[in-house]
Amino acid sequence: MLKSSQRRIAAGALLAAATMVVTTACGGGGDKDGGKDSAGAAGFNAGVNKVANASDKKGGELKFIGSQEADNWDPQRGYYGFVWDFARYYTRQLVTFKAAPGTASTELVPDLATDAGKVSADGLTYTFTLKDGITWEDGKPITSKDIKYGIERIWAQDVISGGPIYLQQVLDPKGEYKGPYKDTSADKLGLKAIETPDDKTIIFKLPVANGDFLQMLAMPAASPVRQDKDTKAQYGLKPFSSGPYKWQSYTPNKSIKLVRNDKWDAKTDTVRKALPDSISVTFTTNADDMDNRLVEGEYDLDLNATGVGAAARQKVLQQHKGNVDNPQTGFIRYAVFPQTVIPNIECRKAIIYAADSKSLQTARGGPQAGGDIAPNMLPPGIKGADPQADPYGKLAGTPDLAKAKDALKKCGKPNGFKTTIAVRNNKKIEIATAESLQQSLKAVGIDAQIDQFDGAQTSGIIGSPKVVKEKGYGIIIMGWGADFPTGQGFLQPLVDGRFILQSGNNNFAELNDKAINGLFDQALKETDPAKAGELYKQINTKVSEAAVYLPFTNEKNIIWRSSRLTNVYTADAYNGRYDYASLGVVK
Amino acid sequence: MTAPLHETSAGEATATVDGAPDAPGTPDKSGSGGKAIEGRSPWKIAWTRLKRDKLALAGAFVVIFLILVAIFAPVIVGLLGHPPDEFHEDQIDPLFGTPIGSWGGINGDFLLGVEPVNGRDVFSRIVYGARISLLVAFLAAVFAVFLGTILGIIAGYFGGWIDAALSRVMDVMLAFPQLLFTIALVSVLPNELLGLDGSGVRIAALVLVIGFFGWPYVGRIVRGQTLSLRNREYVEAAQSLGAGRFYILRRELLPNLIAPITVYATLMIPTNILTEAALSFLGAGVKPPTASWGQMLSTAITTYESDPLFMVIPGLAIFITVLAFNLFGDGVRDALDPKGSR
Repeated sequence: MLKSSQRRIAAGALLAAATMVVTTACGGGGDKDGGKDSAGAAGFNAGVNKVANASDKKGGELKFIGSQEADNWDPQRGYYGFVWDFARYYTRQLVTFKAAPGTASTELVPDLATDAGKVSADGLTYTFTLKDGITWEDGKPITSKDIKYGIERIWAQDVISGGPIYLQQVLDPKGEYKGPYKDTSADKLGLKAIETPDDKTIIFKLPVANGDFLQMLAMPAASPVRQDKDTKAQYGLKPFSSGPYKWQSYTPNKSIKLVRNDKWDAKTDTVRKALPDSISVTFTTNADDMDNRLVEGEYDLDLNATGVGAAARQKVLQQHKGNVDNPQTGFIRYAVFPQTVIPNIECRKAIIYAADSKSLQTARGGPQAGGDIAPNMLPPGIKGADPQADPYGKLAGTPDLAKAKDALKKCGKPNGFKTTIAVRNNKKIEIATAESLQQSLKAVGIDAQIDQFDGAQTSGIIGSPKVVKEKGYGIIIMGWGADFPTGQGFLQPLVDGRFILQSGNNNFAELNDKAINGLFDQALKETDPAKAGELYKQINTKVSEAAVYLPFTNEKNIIWRSSRLTNVYTADAYNGRYDYASLGVVK
Repeated sequence: MTAPLHETSAGEATATVDGAPDAPGTPDKSGSGGKAIEGRSPWKIAWTRLKRDKLALAGAFVVIFLILVAIFAPVIVGLLGHPPDEFHEDQIDPLFGTPIGSWGGINGDFLLGVEPVNGRDVFSRIVYGARISLLVAFLAAVFAVFLGTILGIIAGYFGGWIDAALSRVMDVMLAFPQLLFTIALVSVLPNELLGLDGSGVRIAALVLVIGFFGWPYVGRIVRGQTLSLRNREYVEAAQSLGAGRFYILRRELLPNLIAPITVYATLMIPTNILTEAALSFLGAGVKPPTASWGQMLSTAITTYESDPLFMVIPGLAIFITVLAFNLFGDGVRDALDPKGSR
């Protein structure tokens, strides 16, 4: 037994070495040639902040490929960003995001409704009137009751779990309604906060004002669902369409095919262009293979749009730069310092000053795949963001050792201190940033141990303030993107003291500042986005002053755009993904 | 699974019993010396045989070289490299995170190139990685041999319910999912334990886990060997002279077990090196920034297309080390056990 197994191991090692040498030969040769863009490529960043290949020609098949299946295609259950983007093919909402590139996409425009709603002076009542000619895929009109029923499904978390629950929290904060499946009223429309006096009118009555209420109505979770077509937990297998396309076939983890919904009337829809005749999605489990097939032109774009993988990145950027867009994703990658572990603000400032932002940016993937250095905790594109507000001089890219040592003296630990960096073990890039941070902190005597925790247990480990304190996590490395592009959506879960949870916490710093909490209350009541933005700016300044966050980068993505695609632009409203509803494939 | 193991270890045992304690042809007269060539101990004969095995000698030289490299890592790196944890981002193209120079950034300053993204010196990390690999592999083998010998000899000599119990424990251990257990264990280990911190805790954990799961292999061989030895005449003679059990275990049985144990220990080391590399590859090894070969391989996956050399170098390090230990181990076995099948 001994001998044969040992020989097998030796043979295996030999084989592995041989394979690697062969790989070297291929890799080394392939990288040197090429350097041209594919024919018809619109150019680097042609789809960022502008429209690439603008066209109104219809026809053809738009071919998506993805390595990640949806959590659920049921509009009320999907929570992945790409599902929200894709869902507009087969769902409509009262209001939705404007069909425009970049930041302009975050503006809300009427969709099923004739206008963006009439809001009462106290901000508690929203009244919408529905357009004429809006229909389901069988030709029947979409009524206000269908919209109410769809929204009610959010409450039925016992039957159809998942999806955002903002509407539930805002309309029924006490949890009095039990959901349509347990509804005792005859029409199953027992939710009191929504009224439907007739088929064309829908009225929302909020117990407490929320300036971002329209943002929540723009989520697919607020899409209409018709009661007689509701297949409950099975609905995600074949949603009944209110949008320009309907589901023809779907095999989970394999493929999706959507075809035109001929009952959809373009005159009622100012957002969806509906250019392709059909839309297909193919799923693969091999992300590297997916990148290669995109480059070869077999497919048009990556459904998930999580960015070209590290393996193919160099090839894509060197040989096919014209097929690449490099948008902001709206995510910030950062380190956060739990105050229970490092209570002294000067010690936290020392970490911030000593960090090497340029090195952290390189660890994140560099200026293109990683993103720009972030000086504060509001990403550009959100109202109130100030990309130049740089209280700790991080944009310079170099550590400020003098200030770091000064802060250490003030903290009473002139020779540095020991702490622990917590990082998810399944994110290589985050481990690389942890090593970079560890290295730069060493220069001022801060000895940081790296602790890799199980990335699948995030909510129970770093999401539990008790565990964080026990394990002595002085530095936690994480990232965050907003569910909706406002200061509330981005910052409130991270810095509002009332959002500290015992499990699944996101306010890792355990920041609980009365001034910040108060500013959130003010901002939520504000229905004018510009005025609310001013308040979020003040909150952001206070967050910087508290020295609990060290932002690394405003994340960017490298996404592939096939030469076939027309009407392509990245939308901030969809985390830098293309606005899928506008895409076409015929020039 | 169990049956073939039994079979082979039993075959193993008889083969070694015949050859190891005595010179060939004089199976029963232990200690009386050979007739043809006087004064040559079994160990001397083995050494003569080993010297004739060119492959084994080559393996031995590489093994000695690697051990010296591991011991003098700071000196070597001081002369030829940079500190293993030092970042050299000036060597890295910030756009792609790959080395600026061709061939993984190999030049006179960085003998084996630089690591993608942070520009650490690959040469220094390979040299320091040898320390982790060899340290873990040696200590784990020592631990496994220590446990395996004691428990195996007890099971074999005392027999009865003690043997039954220990044998079942060995069966259970052999069927245990070692990798999964280690990954789970490492993730719940605290940062500081019994005065060790950082990578110290992890190294201790790796040694204990790899050693702990390795002892049944040694234990089975020692048990089988002891079973066949304990009824030999010289053991009975010692018993009839009134020797105690402990004396018999120590003075009569153990010396005759040293040969198979030596063989097994040498062959266990390369397996341990591979296990350590696999665990490091899966993130259950030493903590960053401590260098380890498995971890380097795992890091190299993301850039294997643009910087394949960074994958080849730690791969070759593991390959050469394992091969050298295997060749040397096979040679030792052939020398001590000439009747064993090749």
